[in-house]
This record gives sequence, C-alpha cells and structure tokens, in this order.
Amino acid sequence: MTLTSLPFLIFAAVTVLLYYLLPKRAQWVVLLTASILFYAAAGGWYLPFILVTILTTFLLARVIERRAKADEDYIAAHKADMDKDARKAYKAAGKKKRFRILTAGLILNFGILAVLKYTGFTLSIVNDILGLFTASTLTVPSLILPLGISFYTFRSTGYLIDVYRGKAKAATNLGKYALFISFFPAVMQGPICRYNDLATQFDTPHRAEWDNLSAGLLRVLWGFFKKLVVADTLMAAVKTIVGIPEDFGGMYVLLLIILYSAVIYGDFTGGIDITIGLSRMLGLKLTENFNRPFSSRSTAEYWNRWHITMGSWFTDYVFYPLSICPSMQKLTKWSRAHLGKAIGMRFPVYLATLVTWFLTGLWHGASWNFIVWGVLNGVIILISRECEPLYKRFRERFPGLTSSAFYGGFMCVRTFFLMGAVRILDCYRDVPVTAKAFASMFYDFSHWGDLFDGSVMDKLGITLPVWVLVGLATLLIFFVSRAGKETPVADRLSRRPVLWTLAALGLAVTVMIFGSYGIGFDAGDFIYGQF
Amino acid sequence: MNELIAILTELHDDVDFTTETGLIENGILNSLDIVSIITEVSDRFDVTIPAEEIMPENFDSAEALWALICRLDED
Amino acid sequence: MENMNVKTPQKTLWLRALCIVIALAILAAIPAVLTPILMPKYLTQSKEGSLTEEYYSAVAETNHDVLFVGDCEIFESFVPAILWEEYGISAYLRGGAQQLVWHSYYLLQDALRYETPKAVVFNVYALKYGEPQKEAYNRMALDGMEWSSVKAEAIFASMTEEEHFIDYVFPFFRYHSRWSELTAEDFAYAWRDKPAVSDSGYLMQTGIVPADTQSELTPEQLVDYTLPATAMAYLDKMRTLCAEKGIELILVKAPTNFWRYHWYDEWDRQITDYASTHGLAYYNLIPKASEMGLDMNTDTYDAGAHLNVYGAEKLTRYFGEILKEGHAIPDRRGEGDTAAVWQRRVDAYYARKAAMEAEAREQ
Repeated sequence: MTLTSLPFLIFAAVTVLLYYLLPKRAQWVVLLTASILFYAAAGGWYLPFILVTILTTFLLARVIERRAKADEDYIAAHKADMDKDARKAYKAAGKKKRFRILTAGLILNFGILAVLKYTGFTLSIVNDILGLFTASTLTVPSLILPLGISFYTFRSTGYLIDVYRGKAKAATNLGKYALFISFFPAVMQGPICRYNDLATQFDTPHRAEWDNLSAGLLRVLWGFFKKLVVADTLMAAVKTIVGIPEDFGGMYVLLLIILYSAVIYGDFTGGIDITIGLSRMLGLKLTENFNRPFSSRSTAEYWNRWHITMGSWFTDYVFYPLSICPSMQKLTKWSRAHLGKAIGMRFPVYLATLVTWFLTGLWHGASWNFIVWGVLNGVIILISRECEPLYKRFRERFPGLTSSAFYGGFMCVRTFFLMGAVRILDCYRDVPVTAKAFASMFYDFSHWGDLFDGSVMDKLGITLPVWVLVGLATLLIFFVSRAGKETPVADRLSRRPVLWTLAALGLAVTVMIFGSYGIGFDAGDFIYGQF
Repeated sequence: MNELIAILTELHDDVDFTTETGLIENGILNSLDIVSIITEVSDRFDVTIPAEEIMPENFDSAEALWALICRLDED
Repeated sequence: MENMNVKTPQKTLWLRALCIVIALAILAAIPAVLTPILMPKYLTQSKEGSLTEEYYSAVAETNHDVLFVGDCEIFESFVPAILWEEYGISAYLRGGAQQLVWHSYYLLQDALRYETPKAVVFNVYALKYGEPQKEAYNRMALDGMEWSSVKAEAIFASMTEEEHFIDYVFPFFRYHSRWSELTAEDFAYAWRDKPAVSDSGYLMQTGIVPADTQSELTPEQLVDYTLPATAMAYLDKMRTLCAEKGIELILVKAPTNFWRYHWYDEWDRQITDYASTHGLAYYNLIPKASEMGLDMNTDTYDAGAHLNVYGAEKLTRYFGEILKEGHAIPDRRGEGDTAAVWQRRVDAYYARKAAMEAEAREQ
C-alpha cells in the first residue's frame, strides 16, 4: 500500500473514523492495530524483524534506566562517605557499564540493518577483489529488506541513545513503544521522529477538532498533488533520460538536474505532507522534515532544510559523538602540536564531517553512487566553509550587491543546481555513467536544438499540455510555499470554511483529473521508501 | 568567562558574545563551530562536554555555556 | 487547551457542514460529467472499440437468427448485409479485437438477455489464449457492454493483474489521463450518439495489400500444442449455454492462415475431436479458400492476415450456403418489418462501401 493508493486512502479513512469513534483510552490501540496491519500487508516476513528491534531496544532501555537510577540512589545514600573524586569514579564506572549495554543494543540493531541491507554490496566488493586473483566468486544471497528498516532502526536506536544520555525516560508501555516505532503513516519514509516528540502524544486523548481535521486533510491533498501531478508525471521523462545515457547527454543532463529536483521534491515532500497531514488529522504533531529547501543559499543551509530529521539524527548521534570522543580529542591535540593550529583545529571536525557524510550516503543505499553522493556533499560543505573568508571579503567589498534580492536569488539558484547536479548520482545509480553524463554538459551541445524545434517533447514523451500543467503546478507550489513562511497556508485556510472548501475541492479534482495514477503509470512507489 | 568569550570571538570576531543570546537559534554557530568550542574548552578548562549536553539551551549564549562548564566541573 | 472552552458558534458549524456537503456533491459530479468526454470514442482510431456497444441499438430494431462471436476473424470476415441479400438470413456479429473466448462467452450471454437466435457461430482461433492478454483489448470488449451481472462477471473473468474492477465501474479513473489528448471528436460525441462504425458488427476494409508469398515465413514451433484448458472450459460453458436455450453452436475457422496467426493442425485435430464428441458442426475453412474463390492477391488488406471486403463477401456467400442448407436458417425476406430494417442496413452497407472506395481512389 503506497500512500497514494486507493486502498491506503480507505485504510486511513477507516483508521481515522475508528480513532475518534472508539473510547479515547483505546486511541493508541487503534493506531497500533492499524500499524501492525499496515506492516503485515507489506509482507508477513517483515514483522519478526521490526519486532526484534522493538523488543530489544525497549528492554535494553529499561535496563539502562534502572541501572542509572540505582547508581544515583547509591551515591545519594552514600553521599557522606564519598568525596568528589570517589563520586566521579563511581559515576564513571556505572556509565561505562551502561555504555556496554547501549553498545550491545546498537550493534544488534545496526547489525540487522547491515546484514540485510549491505551483505549484497559487501559481497560484490569482495567478489571484485577476489576476481583479481581467482575465477571463483561468492554467491550473493538475496535477503529480504523489511519495509522502512532504515527509518525504524534510526528511530529505535535514537531512542536507546536518548535513554542512555538521560534525555528520554524509558518507555514503560511496550504497546505504546511499538506504536512509536511502527506508526504507520511514518514507517515507510519518516520523518524520523524523536521519542520525546512523538511518544508522549500517545498518552493524551485526542478530540476530533475541526482545525486538525481540516488543515490535516488539506495537507494530505497537497501531498497527493505534489506527488501525483508533479513528481510522477515528470518521472517518465527522468526515466527516459536516465535509461539511455548515450542518447541523452548535454542539454538533457541539465534538464535532468531540473526535472529530477522537481521529482524528488514532489515525491519526498509530498509523501511527508501526506504523513504529517494524516497525523494531524489524528491530533498528532510530527516533526517537520522540510523547510522550503530550495530557498537555501548554501549547501549547509540546504541540509538544515531538507530531510531535517535525518540530518539532525546524524548530527546528534554520529557527528557530535564522533568529533568530541576522547580519541578524536587526542588526535586533535596531536595534530595541533605537529601540524600547526590552523590544521589541527580543522582535523577532527573535517574527519567527523566526512565520516558522517559517508554514513549518510551509505544509509541511502548499498551502492557506490550513494557513497560518492554522501562524501561529495561533505566535501562541498567543507569547501564552502573554507571559502567563507573569501565570501566575507566579497560581501564587505560589495555590500550593495550582496545584500540585494538579486544576489540572494543567485545564491539560491546556485545551491539548487549544485545539489541537483550531485543528486543525479541517485538517478543513474552508477558513478562512471554519472560522471560522463555530467561532463557531457560541457562539451556536447548537439541537443540544444531540441529545445527550440520542440522535439524535446517527443523524445521525452511528454506533450505540451502536460508541460504546461506541470509548469503551473510548480508555480503554485512555489507561491504556496512562500506564502507559508510564517503560518502554513493550510492552517490559514482552515479558519475560513468557504476558502478551505474551495481549496480542498480544487486539489481533489485536480489530482483526480491530472494525477498520474492508474494503468500506464507505474511510478507509484515513493523514492524514499526504498532507502 | 572572559577566556570563554575570547574562544568564541576567535571563531566569529563580528559577534558580540556578551549580549547575544541566540547563538544557535539565529544560526551564528554551526555544528563545526560547536565542535571547535568543545575542543577548546576541553583544552583550556579541562572540562569535557559530552554529546548529550549539545543542545540549544546550553549553547545559545556565552552565559549559558559558562554555566554548563561550571556545572560539569562541579560534578 | 484554551480554545477547548471557546465554543464554536452554531453558525460556523452549519457553514462548515454545508460546505462539506456541497464539496462532496461536486466531487461526485465531476466524474459523472467528465467521463463521457474522456471515454475513447473509437471512431477514427481503433474502431473495433465501438463494436460491443453498437449491438444494442441493432437488437432494438430486430432480432437475429444467427449470432457470430469471436475475434477479428469474425468482424473482418462475415458480412451480415450479404447474408441478408443473398439468403435472407438475419445475422449479427459480436466480435472484437483480440476478443478472447471468455469475452465471447459473456458477450453471447449478454446478447441472450435480448434475443434467442437459432444458431451461434464461434470462430475458434481465440482458443489458443488461456490467459488475459492486454488491458486495452479488455477495455474494447467490455466498456461498451451495458451494465448487468453478466458484465460484472465478464470483467472479473477478463482482468489482467494490473487492472481493478473499480476502473470499470468508474471508467473516469481509467481514462482521466486522456485529458491531454482530447480531440474535437471527444467533445462532439460526449453526449450525442456516435455514427455506427460497423455494418451489423462487420468492420469494413476496402484496402488491397497482396499477401506477400516471399515473406510467408514458416510459423514458429510451439512447445505444447494443447489448447489451454481455461479456454476450452469457456467453450464448454458456451456449449452448455447454447444447449440450455436450444441454440445450435457452430464452430468455424476463418479461411486465413497467416504465418503469424497460424492455425496449427494439432489445434485443428483437438477442435475436430471436440466437435464430434459433442455433436457440433465444425467448419475449418482454410482448405476451402480456393473453393470459395479467395485470391490472396486482391482479397486481403494487410498482406494476408485479414480479409478485405472483397474477400469477406466471397466467404460470406460461401458460408451463407452452409447456414441455409446445413442448418436450416430461415429466409425472412418476406417478413415486412424485418425486411424493412434489413433494407436500410443493406443500403447503408453499400453506401459505406461506395464512400470508402471513392476515398481510396482519391488517395
């Protein structure tokens, strides 16, 4: 059941109905049941995997919390007979033990993810290496990949670390915790909610309120609009270009950068709109995953605005711990002493940045293109950081120009194309092919004529009316997103019943007529559902 | 406190750290700055700021950061 | 929490309710209004798609003594106008493009809701298919059917894996994507009756493309020559249905034997056996081609796969004799009402033929 399919619509509608009709105390049970059904419908074999993750993180979190509490109690009871150093030593010893438990939990859960997701990739690398020496190769097993495993593994391990850090209280109700991990609107493609942000909401009863229902529904429809009218419609052209890289070089690669940006934007933000909108209809507030990403002026800013919950997960649970861990601190001191202060200061931060981005790439998929994509992002962020003094001088030199709207727009467009260019690695799924396609933009000018004689339409299989439709839809998305800077448009509309009705009706009808659904459109799956 | 201000000013000489209270919220410090600060603090004050203490409340102003350092030193 | 205590004014509640009701009404009305525009009209392209629906106005005019069912070898081979003119036989073709045996079975069952013919002629070529083939052909065979339990059963029997029943109930969901390909024709015939593309189910072709003997490639070898059991099961159903209604079922294989649509001897034996087991008449017309005077240099419009009107007329004259002599189909030329209806149909047939020939000459 993808989020834009008819069965899901019916499923979601029934869930919302039962959620409000049954006693308020049972609301979380309704959601848990729906989540289990949803997950089981995707594949019965997936259930044991998510269950192992739920049980292990739930139990280990409780053990960690109980031990922390016992340590605290001990110190409180023996305050008189322990001096500061003894207290510190006792605390440190306890923390070390808890750290071992945490590590066991992390190894188990990331281990499951690694085995299921990366065995094939690892073996193919081993085979490549073996191939240099012998003819024999290892068979690559085909393992199942449970739905949303990358997302639920992150949600559950994040929770475990939060409990270890004392930031979250360990869950006491296994059912509610299972719901937090498997919450069906978010299980496939996030957002990667934090336990403290979401799980507590399952404790409070939710009344059916017009504001939530109306704004939520509008947002769901908006998600359908982005996904079905823009993303899936353009996906056909993307597939055509990517399918025959030899025929579609030069101008088409530039076009691909633009088209795929629109596709991934419509697909991913649209999917999240459906998720957050549906949750809103249930009275639940999920963490936002996007904040007008294409208005970013730099790569670093882009990553604070795009897939926010994944970025912050990596920052909190990988980048910081890694860059300030004792061995990294030692490395810093060493490099400062031997390489000079300027390099020494940068060394740990840069190393941690690259490792984090390597892992971010790996998280997206088990292949080289994602790894290169991740590391490239890291490198770009570091380079632009190094260039910061230059930019600063430029800004001081031309204050009028750099504070103008034109310059701001230029920065946005530049970031858009930079990120778009890196992103096509995700289209071709092959590093050399991508590199060649990218380079062709600069030497192959033979296709530019297609733009002017209109043959670009035939070649990409998208007719003029469809281009016009997608163009108008994109403009609408742009203006709605701009207008929603302060208060989301859906919230403003829900206060005006007539306008709200017109908007909802307009979106529903537009999606019904112009949406790319039904026979002949197979792009129904969400791109991020595969990660 | 003054030493801390000095560390911060070294990173961003155009910010008045004695008055600014939105270092994170206003996007003045990014993650790379924060790591640099933690490294410096560990170097000069012999206080290790653990990852779980990295949150906006502790880094939004020099004062908050100083309070954190003192608290960690106490423990 | 504060706004929980602020009660929403009654007026606002009524306004919201009213808005939602109106919105839902409009939402439901949209497909109803747009479906007629979005549905393919099958007038200039894929005319076969119009065949199924044209039956209903024909049967409202007069009943038929012979119903032909089957694939393109029906609607490109037999000419009811000639059967009337030469033999006084009132016949209609319920054939369609790649009309599979279950399509034929349900279209027959559908026709029996309106009339009970004396004989049903089924062209056996489609028995080679045991599985649904292509969504487009399903739509062409089924969209034109009037709604009844027969249509619902036909849909369930025909759907490919990618199809959904709801798309047949609300064709809007299937054809919404035609919004960008709509032509004047789609609007012109959205709510108006379309002109008939066929003559009593016969789809006329006047072109002549000689069968190219050079490229008459040998048909490919098959792994298994057994006709699929699923297809044969529907033949059984068709036979039982006819028996219940006292209708004679006649099996026929059109005289064309193109290399790509080859009729294998192995298949022929199975049908011959089936016919003799169940006491049915079976006419394999392939060996009779020269007897009926077919000349594949002039009598085909697509190099030998299908007959053109000249070939079809020859075949029809030959087969009419069989129907009249072998199966006692009555001559109704003396019956006033029926004769009047048929006179109009025959005139229309010749008018169409003249127009198409004139058009061909112009080009």
